[in-house]
Amino acid sequence: MRSASPGMRHIYGWLLLTPAAILLIAFTHYPTIATFIDSFFSKSSAIRPSRFIGFSNYDAMLEDPIFWKVLFNNLWFALGTIPTSIAIAISMALLVNRSLPGQGFLRMAYFTPTILPMIAVANIWLFFYTPQIGLIDQILQGIGFSGHNWLGDPNTVLGAVIVMTVWKEAGFFMIFYLAALQHLPKELEEAAKLEGSSRWYFFWRVTFPLLMPTTLFVLINAVLNSFKLVDHLFVLTKGGPDNASNLLLYYIYENAFSYFDPNYASTLTVVLLALLAIIALLQFFLLDRRIHYR
Amino acid sequence: MFKKLKKIATGFALTAGVCFTSVLAYAQTELTMYYPVAVGGPLTKIVDGIVDDFMKENPDIKVSAIYAGNYNDARIKALAALKSGQPAQLSVMFSIDIYELIEQDAIVAFDDIVSTKEDKAWLDSFYPTLMENGRTAGKTWGIPFQRSTIVMYYNKEAFREVGLDPNKPPATWDELVEVGKKLTASDGSKWGMMIPSTGYPYWMFGALTMQNNQVLMSGSGDQTYFDASGTVDALQFWKDLGSKHKVMPEGTIEWGTLRQNFLEGKTAIMWHSTGNLTTVKNKAKFDFGVAMLPANKRRGTPTGGGNFYIFKQTSEAERVAAMKLIKFMTSPERSAEWSIKTGYMGVSPAAYQTNQLKDYVVEFPYAAVARDQLDYATAELSTFQTGRIRKALDDAIQAALTGAKTPEAALQEAQSTADRLLRSYR
Repeated sequence: MRSASPGMRHIYGWLLLTPAAILLIAFTHYPTIATFIDSFFSKSSAIRPSRFIGFSNYDAMLEDPIFWKVLFNNLWFALGTIPTSIAIAISMALLVNRSLPGQGFLRMAYFTPTILPMIAVANIWLFFYTPQIGLIDQILQGIGFSGHNWLGDPNTVLGAVIVMTVWKEAGFFMIFYLAALQHLPKELEEAAKLEGSSRWYFFWRVTFPLLMPTTLFVLINAVLNSFKLVDHLFVLTKGGPDNASNLLLYYIYENAFSYFDPNYASTLTVVLLALLAIIALLQFFLLDRRIHYR
Repeated sequence: MFKKLKKIATGFALTAGVCFTSVLAYAQTELTMYYPVAVGGPLTKIVDGIVDDFMKENPDIKVSAIYAGNYNDARIKALAALKSGQPAQLSVMFSIDIYELIEQDAIVAFDDIVSTKEDKAWLDSFYPTLMENGRTAGKTWGIPFQRSTIVMYYNKEAFREVGLDPNKPPATWDELVEVGKKLTASDGSKWGMMIPSTGYPYWMFGALTMQNNQVLMSGSGDQTYFDASGTVDALQFWKDLGSKHKVMPEGTIEWGTLRQNFLEGKTAIMWHSTGNLTTVKNKAKFDFGVAMLPANKRRGTPTGGGNFYIFKQTSEAERVAAMKLIKFMTSPERSAEWSIKTGYMGVSPAAYQTNQLKDYVVEFPYAAVARDQLDYATAELSTFQTGRIRKALDDAIQAALTGAKTPEAALQEAQSTADRLLRSYR
């Protein structure tokens, strides 16, 4: 093949990038910039057109008690879901990594919640949590406890939503750990056995550090999901009672589509984007250094 | 790029349309109508069937009826279509969206379309209470179509079991508490009653306040009465049903699973939309009754549901055709058919005078409870900035029911939020 001139090669390269670039610009970069700009304008209506109002939307946000409420809810939601689902995912992966009778079936069973759409999961759990006729209350009543209004009590509703999310996510993360476990060299385990190390010591000192790249990947996904996943709120609680289970993204949706205020929604979205960017950067730069890649 | 794509697409559509109409050889008015279904299922078929009948009678009008999800989706889709320049001449949307649609300058008042005396009389042929949510600033903006009220469903067998007369449902708040206490099992396995407090708490609350002789907002949509004493007392009563009288579970009660609770006999009484009537009728394994909501100072319920609106960006011919379609779909015969098949109400007194609906009411008297209750009904909560104000009230109700705030403090907070939002509209 004749070698093209450097100029032609550049053009060729750019042409190859164009389709992906167009999609990225149209669906990622342009909306991000437009959102940022919109957050400095007032809500428009036919009678009162939108105008530049500087940081007014941000001022209103800082004074909005619901904003602070959903932000802290989101924090608790992240703290509740991430460590638990990772711990459960590792345990499940270790369990099904051993040769057991019915291993394939067990793996499938653990993975099933992942396949279900979030809306379907929420519909199932809505009936788990229903007072009296729900599965959980029927079991409780069967062993002599009185039932509880899980979704109707502000003290338990966020916990109830967290449990459901962990159930949904752990199986998905398990798959990544399982794949990583199967690539760990067998010699390490044999060597450890010869040295007489306990199972826990081997896991803590060998397996877990070797799984760190997977953990980082799963961690990033889990953090993003804790901000992204709100489908269940539409079915389960609509953010109630009194915002006790409301999350940032759901509040953004409410502002944009129930209150017709795309500009305030943009303001909240800018905060969400900034938060996610900061978290992602922290994870990459702080955690990445301490991870051992083979 | 997308504008270009759209141009090409509309180009194709136009060419196809031109070919099609030239085959038909006479001028056709094309209408696009968006409509929501709030309860899902076979309702789309019923709407499509009525629209097909209309086109058979009016071959010069072609209607594409587009099912657009729930009320929220329908409004978003219709307004988005208008903004992007796609044709939409009329739509069924939530009756309480009226102020938002007026503020967006999206709809035209029916008074500006009707010209003949006959048409003006037609505007007054519907139940006046169903028109309340469609009228403001002296004009009519919405024509009632799929409308409902709240009714009280009760389990007659549960009434018999505890020695209550199954044909005498509670008619006052005091009777409700008294009956509720008898119906509630001490071990918590059965409750006297349930009023749902998720999903649409403000709607249920509208019934309680009306029974206390207090409306929630002014007819001009710029004033709310959340901290009036009648409102506070109504919320206190709602909370007391759970915390003081113990006839209802404490905390919030889920809208979505309440019907199942009733069907499984876990609650003897439920307050719910008439839209559930046909389902309860088909699924209840026990003898059940339907009654008007009880009274305190008076009886009361808000209306609910969807109205027809005509969009502003329409030609003269399109408006005439849209009026024809709306008249057809709300005519007594069609309204009766719609009511029987769905459980929604007939929208005019004339609908209940048709043989169809007369026969149905004889066979199934509970179908008329919603209509009889209309005499005591009021408009559903609807104001400018309606989404935020509804949310403020919903949060206040849930905060009071879960014990986070007192009814008085919660409602005062909601009122000051509403005052702040509405100040610029007064």
